[in-house]
Amino acid sequence: MSVFLEVKDVRKYYGAIRAVDGVSFALGPGEIVGVIGPNGSGKTTLFNSILGQIRPTSGAVEFAGEDITGMSPLELARRGIGRTFQTLQVFGKLSVRDNLIVAAQEFKGTMKSRLFAAPDAGLGEHADRMIELFRLQHVATLPAGTLSYGQQKLIDIAMAFMAGPRLVLLDEPCAGVNPSLVDQLRELLIELNRTQGGSFVVIEHNMDFVMRLCPQVICMVEGKVLAAGPPASVQGNRAVLEAYLGN
Amino acid sequence: MSRRQTVAVVVGLALYALLPPFLKNYGVYLMTLLCVYVMAAMGLNLVVGYAGQMSIGQAAFFGIGAYHVAILMKLGLPFLAVLPLAAGSCFVIGLLLGFPALRVQHHYLAFATLGFNVLVYLVLRNEQGWTGGTFGLAGIPRPTLFGVELDGNLAFFYFTLASTVVLALLLAWLLRSPWGRAFAALRDNPIRAESLGVNITAYTLLAFAIGAACAGVGGAYYAVLVQYIEPSAFNVPASLMMLLAVIVGGSGRFFGPLVGTVVVVLLPEWLRFAQNWYLMVFGFAVVALMVWLPGGVLSLADRWRRARR
Amino acid sequence: MADFLQLVFSGAAIGAIYALAALGFTLLWQASGTINFAQGEFVMLPAFAMLFFLKVAGAPLWLAFLLACVVAMLILGYGFKVVVVDPLLKHGVIPLVIATLGLSIGLKSAVKAGYSAEAQPFPAIFPDGLLALGTIRVSYADVGTLLVAGLIVVGLQLFLNRTLTGRAMQAVAQNTESARVLGIDVKQMVLYTFLINAVLASVAALLVTPAYLAKFDMGDSIGLKAFYAAIIGGFNQTRGALLGGVLVGVLENLMGAYVSPAYKEGVALMLFLVVIIFKPEGLLGKAEERKV
Repeated sequence: MSVFLEVKDVRKYYGAIRAVDGVSFALGPGEIVGVIGPNGSGKTTLFNSILGQIRPTSGAVEFAGEDITGMSPLELARRGIGRTFQTLQVFGKLSVRDNLIVAAQEFKGTMKSRLFAAPDAGLGEHADRMIELFRLQHVATLPAGTLSYGQQKLIDIAMAFMAGPRLVLLDEPCAGVNPSLVDQLRELLIELNRTQGGSFVVIEHNMDFVMRLCPQVICMVEGKVLAAGPPASVQGNRAVLEAYLGN
Repeated sequence: MSRRQTVAVVVGLALYALLPPFLKNYGVYLMTLLCVYVMAAMGLNLVVGYAGQMSIGQAAFFGIGAYHVAILMKLGLPFLAVLPLAAGSCFVIGLLLGFPALRVQHHYLAFATLGFNVLVYLVLRNEQGWTGGTFGLAGIPRPTLFGVELDGNLAFFYFTLASTVVLALLLAWLLRSPWGRAFAALRDNPIRAESLGVNITAYTLLAFAIGAACAGVGGAYYAVLVQYIEPSAFNVPASLMMLLAVIVGGSGRFFGPLVGTVVVVLLPEWLRFAQNWYLMVFGFAVVALMVWLPGGVLSLADRWRRARR
Repeated sequence: MADFLQLVFSGAAIGAIYALAALGFTLLWQASGTINFAQGEFVMLPAFAMLFFLKVAGAPLWLAFLLACVVAMLILGYGFKVVVVDPLLKHGVIPLVIATLGLSIGLKSAVKAGYSAEAQPFPAIFPDGLLALGTIRVSYADVGTLLVAGLIVVGLQLFLNRTLTGRAMQAVAQNTESARVLGIDVKQMVLYTFLINAVLASVAALLVTPAYLAKFDMGDSIGLKAFYAAIIGGFNQTRGALLGGVLVGVLENLMGAYVSPAYKEGVALMLFLVVIIFKPEGLLGKAEERKV
């Protein structure tokens, strides 16, 4: 198995607080890994360190053989790394369809060619297919900001996949989403993983979701990796149970 | 745009075009002046309303355009040759000014443009050899278009109106292109936009420079309309008026600057009786408008629609 | 050389006044995200309030100053926050910026139309005369201004770093959410910031008006330079505002004397552009991480 994303001993300290304290893991093409852990265990800080939102105190991140540590979100996007956010991040005044188009248009052509391109940048059909996949047809022309929380969450996730990224980092995709949608979401991600072939890193609190989506799971506690492996072994790990159930 | 809106725009435009022959010279002048300010305000709307940036230096670019025309036309260049020069200069200066400011923090642009406006005013006032200093430049000729002289106020009005419509169509086309979508995306959520590969610095800079070029075009028409320019018409208060025109009308709405410019240009005419107190009333009215109707006058329609539903 | 040093000294004095306005500006921005375009008018208004108490009520200067501080805290502190900032913050930065621009126009025009368009003389707060410092002679007014402004900045920094309230205010400025979780009364702290801003502006008014006279548009240049000073020094540093203010004041003075008095007003902008190109976080600032 070839290594695609490699996180090497990443640390992020805020003064005396060690938010991320030496995390390493590797991921192959098309693989899905889940990151679990109690609140404040450093999952989001780890994500932000990988994604260029913050610069890690030490350690390195390699992607497809290239050192991407500290690269800006823009440079990462251009290398085919997509992400979703923990909080809602859609373009509120643009229609759902425009949200999806704008998520892919920057990967087509040059700045100049985009100025003279068709208004939909040649992405209209692709956007419509994605809208269908996410079952958003009935709201496709409405401004994204006017939709329900669950619908906006779906848009946010659909946007991350519009450009066919090679790696997607999903930050709590199920947070605030009602249970009936959670199953749909898992099926969608499996479908996208199958058709697009990208690798995923998923932060999630919903254990059931993670266990059924991710063949590999990492459990973080206090900035460190407490356990890693297939879901069943992590779930059965005594240290993990203690960390979750408290002292 | 829906069919009803299209019809409304065409009818409005036709009425605007048909009115001037029945007006006195001052009325025709005011209606031409409105067109001129609308050009600058539409450019500013691109910056403020669509790309979500603050610019408080639009009058500086307006002035740069006007002085280009005044100086170069008096040297004998034709208006249609000076116009692209004026727009091009403003575009380039916009890039040079915007780059350092936007690279750091996006609200820095507000202060960079404000300071830039002060600086341009100082240059216009002090470089007498070129600009005539505080005395300004007089005797700017009206343009000649393919052998037709546009000396008459009516002829010049129609020329300006047609140019405004062309500029509006160009901007509408820009906003419908993928660029327009990128502008809106970085306004709504710059962090998300960047994570989707949108180069927010480049797009913001381009929006700002295009807005500056529009002001340059407006300024060029202003110079040949009034035929006499002096620095105080291009100082910070003029920039504030343009900004207010955009906001009062409803920033980020295509016809916002139109409504706003009418309010900002005509209100002083109507409020002449208030004299000294006019600006005070105006200033506090802006505060009140922002508190009660931050989306501008045109957002009233939305609010009304929502209330009916 | 003596000329040069004298220019530096008097430039530093006016710069210290910019610094006071810059400090208030920075505090407001950090605590509440307010960019106050009426900051210059926040200096102009207390100047006229003092004139009013001096002339109409016949109060002595110290009393007029205290009363002006109270009025400023009520109107420019509490009133500004409740009437303008609170309802607008949820709409984002732009409506608030526009509102403060409108406020700036309104306040200026109100003073112009209601009081006078002419510059009004203002009593001196320091004795006339020159003080010999080695080979250079500096006015008591400049020395006094520097001392008062310096003391205020140092005092404010001590307050922010050494007292419980000050630290709570800093916590709010750095991260409102965390501060709330820690049980800090965020609303109270933000209100304190607005009150402190009003007092700083009143002190700036007291220091600047004797030399530069009270005029409705006196705030135009002070407000703009306050912002530039804040950025140049480093937006997230109290000391930065002082350094930025003094630097702007000194360079303006030197530009006016040695290069061109006509372009004195452009110095702050140029310095600002140079600083944000080469050291975007400001001379004393620490680079901040992006907030997600």
